[in-house]
Amino acid sequence: MSAVGSDSPLWQLTLARFREQLRQPEVLFWVFAFPLLLAVALGLAFRNRPPEVTRVGIEAGPGADSLAALLGAGRGIQATVLPASRAAEQLRKGGIALVIVPGEPIVYRYDSTRAESRTARLVADDALQRALGRTDVRRVADQRVMQKGSRYIDFLIPGLLGLNLMGTGMWGMGYAVVDARKRRLIKRLLASPMRRSEYLLSFIAARLVMLGPEVALLLGFGALVFGVPFRGSVLTLAALVLIGAMCFAGLGLLTASRARTVEMVSGLMNLIMLPMWVLSGVFFSSSNFPAAMQPLIKALPLTALNDALRAVILDGASLAAVAGPTAVCAAWGAVAFAVALKIFRWL
Amino acid sequence: MPTATAVPAIRCTGLHKRYKDVVAVSGLDLEVRAGECFGLLGPNGAGKTTTVEMLEGLVPPDGGDIQVLGMRWGHDEHALRERLGVALQETRLADRLKVAEVIRLFRSFYRRGRTVEQVLEVVELGEKRDAWVEKLSGGQRQRLAIACALVGDPDMLFLDEPTTGLDPQSRRQLWDVVAAFKRQGGTVVLTTHYMEEAERLCDRVAVMDHGRVIALGTPRELIASLGAEEVVEFALRDGAPAPAEAVLAALPGVKAVRRDGPRYVLTVSEVHRAVPGLLGELQRRDVEMTELVTHHATLEDLFLSLTGRHLRDE
Repeated sequence: MSAVGSDSPLWQLTLARFREQLRQPEVLFWVFAFPLLLAVALGLAFRNRPPEVTRVGIEAGPGADSLAALLGAGRGIQATVLPASRAAEQLRKGGIALVIVPGEPIVYRYDSTRAESRTARLVADDALQRALGRTDVRRVADQRVMQKGSRYIDFLIPGLLGLNLMGTGMWGMGYAVVDARKRRLIKRLLASPMRRSEYLLSFIAARLVMLGPEVALLLGFGALVFGVPFRGSVLTLAALVLIGAMCFAGLGLLTASRARTVEMVSGLMNLIMLPMWVLSGVFFSSSNFPAAMQPLIKALPLTALNDALRAVILDGASLAAVAGPTAVCAAWGAVAFAVALKIFRWL
Repeated sequence: MPTATAVPAIRCTGLHKRYKDVVAVSGLDLEVRAGECFGLLGPNGAGKTTTVEMLEGLVPPDGGDIQVLGMRWGHDEHALRERLGVALQETRLADRLKVAEVIRLFRSFYRRGRTVEQVLEVVELGEKRDAWVEKLSGGQRQRLAIACALVGDPDMLFLDEPTTGLDPQSRRQLWDVVAAFKRQGGTVVLTTHYMEEAERLCDRVAVMDHGRVIALGTPRELIASLGAEEVVEFALRDGAPAPAEAVLAALPGVKAVRRDGPRYVLTVSEVHRAVPGLLGELQRRDVEMTELVTHHATLEDLFLSLTGRHLRDE
């Protein structure tokens, strides 16, 4: 009867959409559990560790044992005397980072493209020279820091949030719309006096309801388990998340606007999302890519969203400070929605 | 309602629809009277679904004019949808929604209508109200589809092959629902390829083939148009010398003779005279019969006599 209230079509459509999602364990897994698992796995793999022991091998021969004794005095070095073939094999397999061949001169054999080998060469040489009597010409002191907000996990969590907003936005719209089209549900709904706008709005409404728990869970988990800081304002984050979610909901609707089969829309969405998984600075900074690619990468919606999310979460940036990337996101969303509505296949 | 009889529920003229290189409907004229159950009977691919979906305003026709309840699609679309109930062919309404939730969803689209409880009772799904749709049987799903069509308390119901693939009991249950709707004054348009369904439910039937109506009338009229009310079918042993069709046609009471694969189909007015005549003739020729069946003529026989083909490919 009334436009709002428990029997309004928009409410009932949203409720139906929401219920179908909540009753599918696989949806809950991808929306809520998957990003947490990813955070845990990557957090463990790239946790900050104390400096590792440098393992070097000394090729057996005259003078090998005395070299081993000299190196053994150095801290953080584990030196083993090995027959030449064994040493070569261990170097190849990564068991040792450096082979030292005794003689005159002493030869360091290592792969200079491996970072740990380069480090091992410096550490071993320093220890050796020092043991043989070299002294420092200038006094130096070490000061060690381990600051929250600059660790890998701190970089990762905002990226995972962006990734999750992309995934749930695209799948939540795209897959659901095509599935409804394929099973002729859209056609059946259009045979009733339902308004098309309310049908589409219900998808967005259901998306918004999921958004809160989705974001809170990932950021809360990051804060509690890994101590990832949150320095921005909640309101700024909410605005940003909303824009990001709508941007990808629009792209999801666009991919679904013509597709008749679930296979087709899945393929299209993967085609759109996979490059952003790699390029958009989710797992590692997008600045690793060549400068020539940067304008393109910066224009991708996920890059923009991730940049803005990191600035707000880690640096406490205001919405004005991230206006650039936010505008990129909003533009993608607006264009995607406009085109999607224009070409949408209702029947 | 005096006007109800004056304005036909549906009037369409010159309907055309083609999909790429296939002509689905070609030059169709129909008039459905208010309060009747009108059947579109025909084999798969005859154009039944395209026809009803054009009438439902879901498929735009390439040509022709459609009036439903005195209104036209494009002009009065929303008002029209308020008054129609539709069950499409093979629709999966939901998987993990409960029966009552689906009906309530559809109820929300209509300004006026019946309550969820009323509709559940009509389609006898009260016990299943809290079951997920994916757990329902085929017959229960069809009844749910009809519940969704009825919940807006429509004046007119469109049912596209409502009982295809259902067991006889589910089919009868569904017929009861449709009959009850009609008793309350509702108009029904249904498509089917079951002649029994058409004979039981429909006041009038349009027999369709290749996108056009090839016969129209009450089931009784259509069957009477065969010129005889009984059918005798028989088959002969393999290799037996076949009697000429003219010989069979000359037997007493036989109106028409047709071959249907290995079988002979005689349309007869008097079985009690035709069968002894047939047996005598075959005995005289010393031909052995392997099968003999007689039954009342049906719409299936009509279709066969009009097209030489069966309604369903067996």
